[in-house]
Amino acid sequence: MGRRRSFVDLSYGVVIGTLATIALLIIVAPVVIVLTTSFTEGRSLKFPPTGFSLQWYEALFDPSKSRQIHRAALNSLEVAACSTAFGILLGSMAALGLARGRHRLGRVVDGFFMSPLVLPGLTFGLAALMYFTLIGFRPSLNLIIAGHMIVTVPFILRTTTASLSQLDPALNDSSQSLGASWLYTLRRVTLPLIAPGIFAGAFLAFMASIDNVPVSLFLSTARTDMLPIRMWGMMESTLDPRIAAVSGVLITAAFLLMLVMEWTVGLTRRMRE
Amino acid sequence: MIKPAEWQLALPLALAFASIFLAPLLMLVGVSFFNDDKISQPGLAQWAKFLGDPFSYKVIADTLLLGVKTVCATIVVGYPLALVYLDAPPRLQKVMIFVIVMPLLLSVVVRTFAWIVVLGREGVINQLLISLGIISEPLRLLQTELGLVISLTQIEMPLMLLPLISVMSRLDPNLRDASAALGASRWRTLFTVIVPLSMPGLVAGCLLVFASSTTAFISQTVIGGVRLIYLPLLIWQQSLVVFNWPFAAVVSITLLISVLTVVSALSWLGRRSGGYVHG
Repeated sequence: MGRRRSFVDLSYGVVIGTLATIALLIIVAPVVIVLTTSFTEGRSLKFPPTGFSLQWYEALFDPSKSRQIHRAALNSLEVAACSTAFGILLGSMAALGLARGRHRLGRVVDGFFMSPLVLPGLTFGLAALMYFTLIGFRPSLNLIIAGHMIVTVPFILRTTTASLSQLDPALNDSSQSLGASWLYTLRRVTLPLIAPGIFAGAFLAFMASIDNVPVSLFLSTARTDMLPIRMWGMMESTLDPRIAAVSGVLITAAFLLMLVMEWTVGLTRRMRE
Repeated sequence: MIKPAEWQLALPLALAFASIFLAPLLMLVGVSFFNDDKISQPGLAQWAKFLGDPFSYKVIADTLLLGVKTVCATIVVGYPLALVYLDAPPRLQKVMIFVIVMPLLLSVVVRTFAWIVVLGREGVINQLLISLGIISEPLRLLQTELGLVISLTQIEMPLMLLPLISVMSRLDPNLRDASAALGASRWRTLFTVIVPLSMPGLVAGCLLVFASSTTAFISQTVIGGVRLIYLPLLIWQQSLVVFNWPFAAVVSITLLISVLTVVSALSWLGRRSGGYVHG
């Protein structure tokens, strides 16, 4: 009996351990492989790379050869910054407004605000294209900013609501009973306490905007090109090796940003909540 | 300053959502009921065309099946990883969660590109298999559904792991010890204690992975190629290549309805299983 049991438990360890190793390998290996391949000396993207060179990075940072990529990257940064800024403003206000409401309607509204997370992005992207075109707007970065704000504000709403729910209501009451105005309480008590939550959500929203495909696919044009759409183009026709260099830059940036966010606001802890 | 009623603070976002989220979606529904691509003749012709074509049902089924396959693959490797995370010492947990979240912050396009390098004719997998003498000719992995499901498993894995880990870390560790003390093997503890209790996280993960993989346009077109047709590709072709907006609207609404049906069925199941656990 004891021996059979230890055999069964051993099989558990082996099976679970193997599958978990495969999972980790699947997650990590492609990223490492791309990073290594981007330093290849060759003309194609083979792994393992032949020799070491920075040629694709040089091509990528060359202002004349890669002007379109630079333009697209700047557009993406601008859109992400603006849509996140609007998202922080509107999202944290909405979170404050819905936080203590026990009302049924409040929950419905909250569900409505979160719905872009499960709604197929392409459906909204196409809808936005039709809507803006048919009411007579010309394509512009402003429209992309508006579209990105809708699909990224749920991240801000979620982390802000989570921080608000951990806030002791007694703090508010004591501030007000000591004579502080509503606005003063908000500025000096509530906001400083929920700021890390807002910040973590804003970071996720910013990254989601940089990465957004479905909305940009429909709302961007040749003049308002966005980085993921340009990268898609670089993969669709003939595989442009500069994309490995773009990937290298984005991987490094994501890695560094994540370290910073982990140290400042404990990002991964918030994402598990 | 007068204190505004709390709910009024939600008004600006509600207005934004009404004017640039709800209104476009309503207009999308409206456009689908026009016969011609100039959007001048109201009618049901586009719906009739889509629903009357057997090919449409194949595309719908393929799209939903792709979602199901990806969900299964992420569970098979993701769930064990969550179990290992649960048993890991806190220090290792911090490293693991970092590794798990990291791909989420990495552009989908980059993750898709990575799989081209891995799965291509001269890619890592083919070179490895050839050098080991397992195959002599390179396998075709790109532009196959197998390749697509493998790539989506990595791309969507964090969406499965985060809710799973968040639910599992709240489980009382005594439950597992009690189960073991009462003589249950680790397998039995897994299937009778841990899995039922982690059901809410599992369901949430399935929801996110399903919704995301069925609409993963970039991965579907780049890894799947043009011969594997899913609803997102059809929407893109009809709207931005053929410029038949009413038909594209019909396809998008179909995508929306099919995904939301599965998602609500799953969350209903999730609520039921939650009831089972507590009752």
